[in-house]
Amino acid sequence: MSKLNDLTLAAARDGLRTRDFSAREITQAHIDAIETGNEALNAYILPTPDLALKTADIADKNLVDGEAGPLEGIPLGIKDLFCTKDVRTTACSHILDGFTPTYESTITQNLWDAGAVMLGKLNCDEFAMGSSNETSHYGSVISPWRRNGSNEPLVPGGSSGGSASAVSARLCLGATATDTGGSIRQPAALTGTVGIKPTYGRCSRWGVVAFASSLDQAGPLTRTVHDAAIMLGVMASYDPKDSTSVDVPVPDYEAVLSGGVKGLKVGIPKEYRMEGMPEEIEKLWQQGIGWLKSEGAEIIDVSLPHTKYALPAYYIVAPAEASSNLARYDGVRYGLRVPGSDIIEQYENTRSEGFGSEVKRRVLIGTYVLSAGYFDAYYLKAQRVRTLIKRDFEQVFEKVDVLLTPATPGPAFALGEKSGDPIEMYLNDIFTVPANMSGLPGISVPAGLSQDGTPLGLQLISKAFDEEMLFRVGKVIEDAAGTLPEPLNWWSIT
Amino acid sequence: MVNKPSSSNLINSSTGDWEMVIGLEVHAQVTSKAKLFSGAATDFGADPNSQVSLVDAAMPGMLPVINEECVAQAVRTGLGLNAKINLHSVFDRKNYFYPDLPQGYQISQFSQPIVGEGEVVLDMEDGKSVTVGIERLHLEQDAGKSLHDQDPKNSYVDLNRSGVALMEIVSKPDIRSAPQAQAYVTKLRSILRYLGTCNGDMEEGSLRADVNVSVRRPGGPLGTRCEIKNMNSIRFIGQAIEYEARRQIDILEEGGEIIQQTRLFDTKTGETRSMRSKEEAHDYRYFPDPDLLPVEFSQDFVDGLANQLPELPDQKKSRFMTDWKLAPYDAELLVAEKERADYFEEMVGLDADPKSSANLILNQHLGRVNKEGIEFESAPVPAAASAAILKMTSEGVISGKIAKELYDLVWETGDDPVKLVEERGLKQVTDTGAIEKVVDEVIAANPKQVEQVKAKPQTFGWFVGQVMQKTGGKANPQSVNKLLREKLEIGDN
Repeated sequence: MSKLNDLTLAAARDGLRTRDFSAREITQAHIDAIETGNEALNAYILPTPDLALKTADIADKNLVDGEAGPLEGIPLGIKDLFCTKDVRTTACSHILDGFTPTYESTITQNLWDAGAVMLGKLNCDEFAMGSSNETSHYGSVISPWRRNGSNEPLVPGGSSGGSASAVSARLCLGATATDTGGSIRQPAALTGTVGIKPTYGRCSRWGVVAFASSLDQAGPLTRTVHDAAIMLGVMASYDPKDSTSVDVPVPDYEAVLSGGVKGLKVGIPKEYRMEGMPEEIEKLWQQGIGWLKSEGAEIIDVSLPHTKYALPAYYIVAPAEASSNLARYDGVRYGLRVPGSDIIEQYENTRSEGFGSEVKRRVLIGTYVLSAGYFDAYYLKAQRVRTLIKRDFEQVFEKVDVLLTPATPGPAFALGEKSGDPIEMYLNDIFTVPANMSGLPGISVPAGLSQDGTPLGLQLISKAFDEEMLFRVGKVIEDAAGTLPEPLNWWSIT
Repeated sequence: MVNKPSSSNLINSSTGDWEMVIGLEVHAQVTSKAKLFSGAATDFGADPNSQVSLVDAAMPGMLPVINEECVAQAVRTGLGLNAKINLHSVFDRKNYFYPDLPQGYQISQFSQPIVGEGEVVLDMEDGKSVTVGIERLHLEQDAGKSLHDQDPKNSYVDLNRSGVALMEIVSKPDIRSAPQAQAYVTKLRSILRYLGTCNGDMEEGSLRADVNVSVRRPGGPLGTRCEIKNMNSIRFIGQAIEYEARRQIDILEEGGEIIQQTRLFDTKTGETRSMRSKEEAHDYRYFPDPDLLPVEFSQDFVDGLANQLPELPDQKKSRFMTDWKLAPYDAELLVAEKERADYFEEMVGLDADPKSSANLILNQHLGRVNKEGIEFESAPVPAAASAAILKMTSEGVISGKIAKELYDLVWETGDDPVKLVEERGLKQVTDTGAIEKVVDEVIAANPKQVEQVKAKPQTFGWFVGQVMQKTGGKANPQSVNKLLREKLEIGDN
């Protein structure tokens, strides 16, 4: 048997049920992996080994007693955006220094209720603002992947970079993540993992530190499509504490995995063929089309004419909401306080020191686009664009069941390679943002490697609340892609 | 409907007449057990920060959920103001920084309020009625309270009020005088209290008003306005308006210009002073709150609430005028407070004369209540006692003079008035023989006055007074009059 932390979540679940190993054993295997690997990867900012073992022992008892929940004894990493009761939660921002919630987010509560074990809090971009996990107050996350023949550190993508790096490097069986413009799917694509952003309203936002409320949606990041299906089934729920949560039943996602694509109509949106897109991305896309076709899907060329406006509109809507959502971090009630001679100065000192430069940039952009005299030209117009993007999708989904696109415009880049140019960085989300703007679910599935030997992913987008379609088609791509190479373990101190 | 300039409302000045233009924004705390977007309690006077939920304190990741009772209360109020109810309305964020505003924004309604245009009719003392248009009513969160007097160096914040539901009721600039503004707030308060949507307690801050004042030449273009913030007394509203209008007129007459600004009323000096000018005003960066869905309900929901609406002051007033033939102003005063109207209805229900009942309530009862400084409903003379007093008076059992004393006696002892009349022998003496005896005594004892009354019949009243005094006020006044006239040999005058 391979090491316990090499198992998929699904295999671990089965092994725990059949008592091949205990929850304590698999938890300890992960704690060891974190102890030896986290220093190099910086995926966890707060490992919680004692809590993990304590929970694992309870899980073992439940497993013996035959009272196991669907995730009993499964060790998971939690993005630091999720509030965890009695465990420090900072959104990787200096401004939330030492903040320890007295409450548990709905999603993590769902996981604990199902028997899952928390290994610790995962690094991410500050307030989930970033595409490379370089904006965290706790330092950059390093991808376990390296280019062929190079030791140059690569980014894991962002904002859920800690989640992606930890899942890819076997520092957890799965991780929670959040996606406002691609923050689950882009890091998944860059680290050879599976990431699904469910339909807006599928998972509760209660207790998740807000970035842009109308776009934020949490989801799982795992090593297989099957694992993602299991995890989302537990994370998703209707929550009366979140007014935007939608009261629709959560289906059995595992049940649809073997559905295949025979007879399905797969749309290929021509607007995702961007000028200057690397050839290997185009090749990957064609490859994916070929796989689905050969499995019996009907391929249909479609058009989403307003796609090119999605990213610019996103960079108005998201900062606008963020500028307001982040106003509560004022040094008055919790987190960092840098005193001043009066309240205004205290605000200025606290927020100047507490926020990093990317967060400041977005707060400023957001404040600007909401200001008197600019509101109509920016915010209102962006909302109209959003309506048009939604309509594009609605019209296309009258003709097709699912859309296939590249997940990112390129493979992982080097640390520092794009951090000096915000526009270049923002372009990373060009394929993922439309799903956030329309609220639709999207999944990124590993589909191959770049010329440099680093992962590339394909994205599927479906109708609202049809995550089953994503799992079903995603599984076909995963199977067709076959077993992809794993990153060579250079990070463990042995 | 806009009032025409009425000469009585104009301010005369050496340079000609001026007219005030006044509009009010009234903030009324919604009567509800929980806050607008959280389950925390709303009771007044609790220990600081004892009624604060995670949402009210704006902890990370917390989300607002609308309290549906507050929505129903706003709709009821809209119906009471004869206003348009919007079946679709939107909550917006009003962004600004202040320590008592934990979220860094107030959730309010900006472009799409829950209630649209309506109107309130005021009946003024001179018998004229004035219609004041309602521009809109919207729901919003209250802020917390900054405490600056607890420590020499630091300020503290009490978040008990943070998130409490308010209705902001905005009038049109239809008001033309301080008394009209006072009547408007009084009427609005009365409607809210009848509806049970706001307790109207101005001392506790449950009802506060921002008053916009400008002046102009009658019928001329509107002047620049100043807003007087946070008035919590109807009396001070009147004072503040008078002062502010005078201040503006003085500036204009000296050739100056009014600067649009927010002002505060100083209750000690009776003056208003500048708080901030328009240039210093915040840019609130309103935008729809993405944490909340639009508020949507059906016409059936509105109709259901409308069917259960209580009788409102205007309806009650016209019923009092029709059923009980009350004068409009008396009816207006009676219905202004629900407790007064109930008291009246209980009295006439016990067959007390309506006109006399109204007089007793508005003069004697209210006078005593105000003198003692107590709440109307805690007055120790119940409506049944007042009705019994009136009944005994009209049946001639007691005299009018005794009736007044009896009322005070009931107030002080809490005893039944009928019992008091029996026990203390307050019955009117109608026995002519007994009265005649006293009349004879008075005439015999005062020959000088008897001489005088023949020349000056107007001194006749002195004899009546003497007889009433000797009988302890119990003699039937008609009998006393008749007997005295006969004995003194003077005719009816």
